[in-house]
Amino acid sequence: MGILKNRYIALYVENEVGVLAKVSGLFSAKSYNLQSLTVGRTEHEDISRMTISVSADDVTFEQIKKQLNRMVEVIKVVDLTEIPTHMKELLFAKIKRIDESQKEEAFRIAETFSTSSPHAVQVIDIGTDSVMLQSTLTERRNDDLVRLLRETYKHIDVVRGGSVAMEGISTSCR
Amino acid sequence: MDITGRKLFVKALQEEGVDTLFAYPGGMITDIMDELYRTESIHTVLGRHEQAVVHEAEGYAKATGKVGVALVTSGPGATNTVTAIADAHYDSIPLVIFTGQVPEALMGNDAFQEVDIVGMTRNITKYSVTIRNRKEMGRRIKMAFHIARTGKPGPVLIDIPKDIQTQTGDATYPEDVQIRGYKPNDTVHIGQLKKAYKMLKSAKKPVILAGGGVRISNAEGLLEKFAETMKIPVCTTIMGKGVMPSSHPLYIGNCGMHGKYSSNMAIGNCDVLFSIGTRFNDRITGDLNEFAPKAKIIHVDVDTASISRNVVVDVPIVSDAALALEKLLEWAEPMKTDNWIKTIAEWDKENPLEMRRDRGMTPQMIMETLNDTFKKGIFVTDVGQHQMWATQYLKIDKGSMLITSGGLGTMGFGFPAALGAAIGSAGKTPVVCITGDGGMQMNMQEMATAICEETPFITVILNNQYLGMVRQFQQLFYGKRYEITCLARHKGCKADCKGPNPECYPYVPDFVKWAESYSAFGCRVTDIEGLKKALKDAVRSKVPVVIECMIQSEEIVLPMVKGGNPMTEMILK
Repeated sequence: MGILKNRYIALYVENEVGVLAKVSGLFSAKSYNLQSLTVGRTEHEDISRMTISVSADDVTFEQIKKQLNRMVEVIKVVDLTEIPTHMKELLFAKIKRIDESQKEEAFRIAETFSTSSPHAVQVIDIGTDSVMLQSTLTERRNDDLVRLLRETYKHIDVVRGGSVAMEGISTSCR
Repeated sequence: MDITGRKLFVKALQEEGVDTLFAYPGGMITDIMDELYRTESIHTVLGRHEQAVVHEAEGYAKATGKVGVALVTSGPGATNTVTAIADAHYDSIPLVIFTGQVPEALMGNDAFQEVDIVGMTRNITKYSVTIRNRKEMGRRIKMAFHIARTGKPGPVLIDIPKDIQTQTGDATYPEDVQIRGYKPNDTVHIGQLKKAYKMLKSAKKPVILAGGGVRISNAEGLLEKFAETMKIPVCTTIMGKGVMPSSHPLYIGNCGMHGKYSSNMAIGNCDVLFSIGTRFNDRITGDLNEFAPKAKIIHVDVDTASISRNVVVDVPIVSDAALALEKLLEWAEPMKTDNWIKTIAEWDKENPLEMRRDRGMTPQMIMETLNDTFKKGIFVTDVGQHQMWATQYLKIDKGSMLITSGGLGTMGFGFPAALGAAIGSAGKTPVVCITGDGGMQMNMQEMATAICEETPFITVILNNQYLGMVRQFQQLFYGKRYEITCLARHKGCKADCKGPNPECYPYVPDFVKWAESYSAFGCRVTDIEGLKKALKDAVRSKVPVVIECMIQSEEIVLPMVKGGNPMTEMILK
């Protein structure tokens, strides 16, 4: 087995019953390591676009692309791994049973994580002993955020939407 | 003018040239059945179990080269087809399976005889879909036939809710279909092919490994010509057996787990391996790190996903076998391979494929008798020891064919597939089913179908009273602890039985009486003379014939390679 890397695929599929099941079924049937999968309609009503994030070595990733390509319902497979893309993942995190200083810490974390990308992490809701964060960082940066939150607080609830990506226009990096 | 869905169904089959439909009735296809009643151009074969119905369609498709078509009802009718669909998927057999479905309004309600058959068959079909409105019915059926027969062929399942069958709608059945997500490869990259040819030409010890893909693309003749012109010896996989005539001087034999010693040695020692139409299944490669360790590997396959999947290759070529071979033949020139061929012949002399001849009737002798009796024949096997003996000792020369369940290894495949092949062959080529006493009992109800179809064929049962392939493992690796592999074992038997003994109970069933109960012809033979006589009578028979050959109980298939070991480490004795 080669070195595992994070890879991204944009997948154009027929917007039909069962296609999501077929695509996700491939990953379980062949034991591929699926990180996240998002799906939504495109500008064409009969075409959906998925953003798939996987962790795989070179050989496995080639095989994943080939297996996706041979599905009748798959219209196009675009490998986003090496091309400049805009990529975001929506994340909500509820931090509970915290005191004032811990709340302040939450604001500081939000601010620090937004350094390179303004307002990427914001406090969007607040209670007497809790706050809620919203993040639109990349999937990997969200991993970092969740790790830090887990280390800092005892009681957190996290929900993540999975990567959504589109090829860039003028960008030369992610 | 608009027509009903059931009328369009029949029209679609007619336009696709379907003249034989393998079917089993049920509540959710009664309308289609009623339409078929009035259709003279389609002969409907009533099987006796849906699994067998689809195996029959497989045998028919293999024997005729046409798409096999099956029709079953919803629920259990549909689930019974699953094993056979998986079988066709593994062995790339073009099938279209139609299943009835409960009316759309009831779908998802756990209605009577409702199952999500499309969900169940999603990863064992090339394509499976429920027709959700009458408007798209024509296009979906057209898609089914197109997808089943093009590219790497395979099974397609079309699920039709009952209400769609009676709704009226467009009467046209499309002549062709564009599918934006489905573009089977119909070209070959000349640059890659040239690179492959150069590599092959520079070899000192080249070997061709040919699989079932060669037959699917009707490239047997091209392969033979290519091997002859280049003077390259040829090995085959089980699915490829017969794509190079067995009697050809350049043919070495089958390779793999129960392959010939010389074949596995040739692959283990070659410097360039030209493989075509095979997907390097684990039964062919053994330990992947030790597979063709000295060779540069060229791999021609129509399916991109088959290439560099199990074995990493040096020159991948995505192409139909015939297309690639046609091109290669333009360049082909003789190579100096005499010494290499001599070396392979010496390996063969060292450890020839040979069973003892000292006593009784061995499987080898049975296969040799079949070779002598049928110069041309369609041989269909079930799965197990008899299958390995058949692939080792049968001669499949021009005009003959071997049909076997290779990928899935489906016991119960042989007898119905042979019947399907016999229906397809329609008396032009004799059909011989070679089966074991275990696999025979898995779909033996199809004798009724054979009788009703008035389709004679010959079934040779190799009866060793065991589920022999697994028993062989117990014999060799588990101290003869024959747990659940003895078919003669009774409740009253000793717990620590180590094989046949005088206290054994009589074997059931009595295959002769069984055959006779269907008004077929049955006989039991214990020696080769008896078999020869039985076969002589059998070829003239107007009814199906069952010949039960009593063989030694503890006969084993040799050579063999233990799973996961290198193919050159063979158990020979």
